[in-house]
Amino acid sequence: MKILVFVKQVPDTDDVKLDPKTGNLMRDGVQSIINPLDANGVETALELKEQVGGTVIAVSMGPPQADDVLKKALAMGCDESVLISDRALGGADTLATGYPLAKAAAKIGDYDLIICGRHATDAETAQTGPIIAAFLDIPQVTLVEHVTIEDGCAICRRLLPDRYETVKVKLPALITVCSEINSPRYPTPLNIMKALKKPRVVWNAKDLNCREDMIGAAGSPSSNKKIFEPPKRMAETKYFRGDAEAMAKAIVDTLEAEKII
Amino acid sequence: MLIKLTEEQKMLQDVAREFTQKEIAPRDKWMDENGFDWDLCKKITEAGFMGANIPEQYGGSGGGIVDTTIIAQEFAKGSASIATFMGGHWLASNLILENGTEEQRQKYMPLAVSGKIFAFGLTEASAGSDAAGIKSIAAETEDGWVLNGGKAWITNSGVADYYIILAMTDPDQGTNGISAFIMSKDVEGLAVGKFEEKMGVRGSATCELAFDNIKLPKDALLGVRGKGFKMAMQTLDIGRISAAAVCAGICQHAMDLARDYANERKAFGKPIKAFQGLAFRFADMYAEIKAMELLAYEAATTKDAGGRCTLDAAAAKLFATEKGTQICIQAQAVFGGNGMSKEYDIERLLRDIRVWSVMEGSTEILRMIVSGTVLAKK
Repeated sequence: MKILVFVKQVPDTDDVKLDPKTGNLMRDGVQSIINPLDANGVETALELKEQVGGTVIAVSMGPPQADDVLKKALAMGCDESVLISDRALGGADTLATGYPLAKAAAKIGDYDLIICGRHATDAETAQTGPIIAAFLDIPQVTLVEHVTIEDGCAICRRLLPDRYETVKVKLPALITVCSEINSPRYPTPLNIMKALKKPRVVWNAKDLNCREDMIGAAGSPSSNKKIFEPPKRMAETKYFRGDAEAMAKAIVDTLEAEKII
Repeated sequence: MLIKLTEEQKMLQDVAREFTQKEIAPRDKWMDENGFDWDLCKKITEAGFMGANIPEQYGGSGGGIVDTTIIAQEFAKGSASIATFMGGHWLASNLILENGTEEQRQKYMPLAVSGKIFAFGLTEASAGSDAAGIKSIAAETEDGWVLNGGKAWITNSGVADYYIILAMTDPDQGTNGISAFIMSKDVEGLAVGKFEEKMGVRGSATCELAFDNIKLPKDALLGVRGKGFKMAMQTLDIGRISAAAVCAGICQHAMDLARDYANERKAFGKPIKAFQGLAFRFADMYAEIKAMELLAYEAATTKDAGGRCTLDAAAAKLFATEKGTQICIQAQAVFGGNGMSKEYDIERLLRDIRVWSVMEGSTEILRMIVSGTVLAKK
C-alpha cells in the first residue's frame, strides 16, 4: 500500500499574534513546527503501514525551510519525502495550494491513500485536503478519528459534533484526520540517524507541469481583505454564598435572568 | 576546537527537548515526592532512548558519546532524576558493550534497548572514592562464582533488572584483583534494602544491596578477570562527560526559572531584572553554562574520535559540578524568600545538583586526577 501524507509547517503557538498594522502573523521569535494535526496524519500513515505494509511518502509545500517538517516526518518513520518549493507558488490561497499538491500526488502516482490533518493550526481553513481530493477526482472522508483497511477499502469513523459516522470508501481516497485518532510517536534516535539517508526530492512548479494561472497569487480567487484579532470576551465571575438551597436558588435566578434557562 | 553538531544531532536535540518538555518535566515534582516513575520509564523506552548508546546490530540506535551527551543534557533540563537514571543505565550497558563477549552482547544489549534497566555497582558502604577498598568477594568454584558482600549508593538499584557488580576475585592483588560480573535481579541471595531518603535526585532509585552466597555461572564474568577496576575507570570517563552535560542542563533550567521570575517580580516599582545587582548574575550564569557545555562536548567529541579523554572528562565534570552548585545558588537568590519554598521548582534544582559533586568521581578525586596530570607535564 502506498500512502501519501501531506504535512505543513506552522508557527509553534496556539496564541498567534497579529501585526496590528499589516494584519500578518508575527513570526519573529516563534519556532516552526509540523502542524500538530498533520503529525496525527503521519502517525496514522505509519500505523497503517505497520498493519498492512507498504510505503509512506511525506509531502509538503513551502519555502526551503519547510524541509524541516519533512525531516521530522522521515524521522518518525516515513520512507520518502517530497518538498514542493518554488517562489511562483507563493501567495497561494487554499485552491492554489491544493492544485500543486494534487499535481504532486499525480506525479508520484499509484497511491492508495492520501492523509491530511483536518486543518492547519495557523489558518484553520480545513479546505486544502478536500481541494486536493477534488482535483484528483477521488473520494474524500473528513474528520476521521479511526481508520482500518479492508479489501481495497478504508473503513473510516468520522467524529461529528453529536455522533460518530462510519464510512466505507473505495481506495484510492483522501482522508483528513482529527487529533483524537492517535498520539503521534516521537522520532526514535535510530530513525533520526536514518532519516536523512532516505530518498528526498524537491520539485518546483515546472516539475509538476502546473498551469501558471492556477498557482500563486494569480491562481488564488480568494484573498485576505483584513486579518484582525477577535475582540476579547470579558467573562464575569459571580460568586454565590449561603447554604446549598440559597445558592441553588441564586444560580437558577441568574440563569433565568440571563435567559439561559 | 570548534564543536559542530551534525544535522542528525540537531534533530536528536530537538526531539529530546520536545520529549523533555512534554513527558519528563511535568513529572519531575511528582518524582521528587514519590520516587521512580515506571510509566515515564516505559515512555522513554518506547521513544528509543534506552538503547541510544547501543549499536544498531543489537537493536539500538548506534549513537556515540556526543549523541548520549545531547540526550542527557536535554533530559536534565526537565529532570535531574531522569538524567541520573539514564546515566546509570547507559554506563552499565556500555560496560557490557565495551568489555563483553559477543555472546554477552547479543544476550544483554537487546534487553537494555527493550527497557530492561541496567545498573553499575562499584561503591560500597565503606568504599566510595577509595574504590580499591571494596570488600565484596567473588570466589571461584568449579561451576562458576559465589558472590558475598554488598553495595551502596548504586544508581538504579532497586529498579534494575541487571547489575554489573564489581567484586574482589584476588584480594591480594589490590585493584588488579577486582573483576566485574553481570547479575540478574532474580538471583537467589540478593537482598534489596529500602530506598534511600536522598536530599536530591529523589526520582532516581538508590538502595542498599546485600549479597549472600549468590551463585553466578562462569559466563557471568564480564571481561578479563582482574580488569574490572580498569574497565570501570574507562567507562567512568563517559559518565563524567555526561555528568558535566547534565549539570549544564540543570543550570540552564535554573537560569530559565530565574529569568522568568526576574521578569515578573516587581520591587520598588519595576521588574527586579532592572537592578544591576541581580541582572549581572545572569551574565555570569550564562558564561559559565556555556563553558560547561563546551568542556563537556569537547571531551565527548574526543572520545567519539577514539581519543583518550580522561583528563578532559575529569576537568569537565569538576568545573560543571562546582560551578553548577554556585549557579543554582545564584538562581535561587533571584527568588528571594520564595526560593526557599517548595512551591517553586528552584529549591528542588539546588538539592538535585549537589549529588553531582559526589557521583562518578567526587570533586576531590577529580582534582587529584586533573592536578596529577597537569603537574606531571614538563
